[in-house]
Amino acid sequence: MGREKSIYNALVDIVGEDFVSNEPEDLYLYSRDGGTTKPRGVDYVVVPKTVEEVQQIVILANREKVPITPMGGGLTLNGLVIPVHGGIVIDMKRMDRIIEVNESSRYVVLEAGVSQGALLSYLRKNHPDLQHSMPEAPSIATVVGNILIRGHGSLSQCGDNSNMLNGMEIVLPTGEICQVGSCSASPHWFGKGPLPDLAGLFIGWFGTTGIVTKASLRLYPRPEKRDMVLFVTQNPDLIPELVYKLTQTRIADNIGMMEQEKPEYMKGYQFTGVIISGDSEEEMDYKRKVLDKIPQTCGDGENKVTLLGEIPPSSKERFLEEPPFAAVAADFRKGGGFQYCAIMMPIEKVPEAWRRGIEIAHNNGMLFQCANQVMSAGHEVMFGYNYSFNRADEEDAERARKAMQETNKLGLELGGIPWKADLQAQKEIVEKMDPNTRELMKKVKKLLDPNGIMNPGNWED
Amino acid sequence: MALKDYQDMVHRCFRCGYCKFTSDYSYVGFNCPIYNKFRLESYSPGGMMWLIYASLVKEEIKPSKHLSEILYSCTMCRNCSQECKFQFNEDIVNVLKAAREEMVDKQLMPPMVGQFLKNVYDYGNPYRELKENRDNWAENTEIKHYEKGDEFLYYVGCVGSYDTASQKAARALGSVLKKSGLSFGILGSREICDGNEVDMLGETGLFEFLKEENTRIFKEIGVKKIVTLSPHSYNALKNSYSNEFEVFHYTQLLRDLIKSNKLDLSGGFEAKVTYHDPCFLGRYNNEYDAPREILAAIPGVELIEMERTKENSFCCGGGCGNFYTDILGGGEDTPSRFRIREAHDTGANIIAVACPVCVMMLEDALKAEGLENELAIKDISEIVNEALL
Repeated sequence: MGREKSIYNALVDIVGEDFVSNEPEDLYLYSRDGGTTKPRGVDYVVVPKTVEEVQQIVILANREKVPITPMGGGLTLNGLVIPVHGGIVIDMKRMDRIIEVNESSRYVVLEAGVSQGALLSYLRKNHPDLQHSMPEAPSIATVVGNILIRGHGSLSQCGDNSNMLNGMEIVLPTGEICQVGSCSASPHWFGKGPLPDLAGLFIGWFGTTGIVTKASLRLYPRPEKRDMVLFVTQNPDLIPELVYKLTQTRIADNIGMMEQEKPEYMKGYQFTGVIISGDSEEEMDYKRKVLDKIPQTCGDGENKVTLLGEIPPSSKERFLEEPPFAAVAADFRKGGGFQYCAIMMPIEKVPEAWRRGIEIAHNNGMLFQCANQVMSAGHEVMFGYNYSFNRADEEDAERARKAMQETNKLGLELGGIPWKADLQAQKEIVEKMDPNTRELMKKVKKLLDPNGIMNPGNWED
Repeated sequence: MALKDYQDMVHRCFRCGYCKFTSDYSYVGFNCPIYNKFRLESYSPGGMMWLIYASLVKEEIKPSKHLSEILYSCTMCRNCSQECKFQFNEDIVNVLKAAREEMVDKQLMPPMVGQFLKNVYDYGNPYRELKENRDNWAENTEIKHYEKGDEFLYYVGCVGSYDTASQKAARALGSVLKKSGLSFGILGSREICDGNEVDMLGETGLFEFLKEENTRIFKEIGVKKIVTLSPHSYNALKNSYSNEFEVFHYTQLLRDLIKSNKLDLSGGFEAKVTYHDPCFLGRYNNEYDAPREILAAIPGVELIEMERTKENSFCCGGGCGNFYTDILGGGEDTPSRFRIREAHDTGANIIAVACPVCVMMLEDALKAEGLENELAIKDISEIVNEALL
């Protein structure tokens, strides 16, 4: 029996015939995503149900020296779960149990395949007073995947979703099942504990250090009322001051900024949306009044911040619905291709990022469209550039690819760091990195994954 | 329309996955019956759209038997078209249908699909049953053949005519219509397949033939109004046939007969009932109320809705000929078994349905789940028949 067949049979023994495939049609979909990353080969896809099955797959991959790439929703759009060196893609979405919600300590323990949509539904039905920080990504995105790429959500003023992590269960690259956080020394998953923060060995590593199979995520009170207050500027230089003033009020759940050149009448305007919430009209009115005063304290003369009094209900609904339909931007070119690349940066770099982002889009024959998120209390900004493209037109895809590469370079030049960086941007980050940090990363990877089977090709120089 | 007519949109899906859920997130889990069972991206609406583009438009991958199995696994329940948030949502099932036409042209259908189509061509039904036996179900009843001057043609369809469990519904509806005083008749051995599944399976030539043949027969005997037992027949006759016939699903007709006091339901039906919406009545034809209005009018019926209901209903898995081809296969994750468990969770002792395909699929699933002593499947026609004085 050939090696390929024997690996296939071993995978069938682990998960059953229905949940492993090496058929070209199935592999086709795991070899590409909706972004501009060019397809890369996959040899097997496997869909495990239990942590023990994941463990067996990892042991098999070590024995056979086959690369494995864990995949959640597959929506990073930067090719992070498209294997670089082939091998096995582990689609985690069948591990979809919500194991526990602790109402008093406000956390949920769930398996790695639980989608954002499933958690939203579960909480609405069973714990309507609680919410999680729901990303703008489509609902099939997984909760754990979002944590691991340091994604943001509807409560980004509490930090990104990895800041809301209490603990994890991981299958290490050598097959051991390991827990980090309070759950490693307690039956309760209430926090990371006063322990060495081992979760950092797995967050932001793009599956190169282990496969997370469970996580505990913090939940937050769900208020009865939500609303959006919208500010408009025509000069990005005003944004840092505006964000500073807004975050000083400590009343926002979420602050987002955007600009788009389509439709034409929106061109040249920067919109800053503040989501507020409360349990009574009095509380909401108080928050609105506080925000009403912001324009008087920002800008001067022609450079002013305007509070948009009336927001069309359909626009408001789009921002307030859970999850917000941010994916609408993906169809701007009516072509099924969408490259979202974001740079984490300090707030003071936003004006330049804004202006030069417009140049990049125009130089590549594209319209400018950005969607940015203020993280925590203005501690950093996720500046997101959207490049919608027609995937049926390779030239259009190439324009978006080039725009993304230029954007990542711009981000690094401005002192920012590309978010969920693709292979090219990872290399550029590593090049810029302190050599000792680079060595530390290598040592950590080598220690955890001696055979180099975990999503190899990522975070390499 | 042919696949070439969708060439400007087939690549627009970017696999965001909204199509896998219910739109209001009222259900924790997936509402696409196919993805819910197979869990590979290829068996999702977006995955299928990408594979259709790759194989049949861009010709990046060769059309194959496995591709055919994937494309024919879909029951066309329309959850994806309803839940997709983009402007092209209505075309998702149309693209799939057009892709199946290509598979038929290339003779790459799964063997059971080929058998289904051949049987319909040879016998007028998918079961290879003799045409002259088509009305055996009506023996020893007062149901007669259609005669000129009858107000309604009672069109039974293949499943109601030949499947044992569904024949009970066919007889019950005939009995109810008789008791209402309505003048109606069946086609008997002249009835042939309505072609709904044939159309969905991509055999447009055969579907055109069936349409023409049925239309010729209807016209020849002077049919003006048709009442169907099956929502599948209703969908084909109402939406794809000539509009010179007025077509009703039987629940719409019974609802009207009840409202006009032509049916006395005071015999009642004491039961906790949950109702399963058939896709071709609900999502395809937006009829969610008529069956519920009938159940509400029957004394003793306590209607308990399932978690997924109306627009969010979960397909039984029988659509597009799967009741015969069984491409979805068995196992605990089949849609019909999921649905039976969901019905059981309501505490109901009767699952009311309004579709012979659903009757058939759910009957089998009920046995597989071992719940025959706790739940029973009944077509609404049977419940009405039992409640009539």
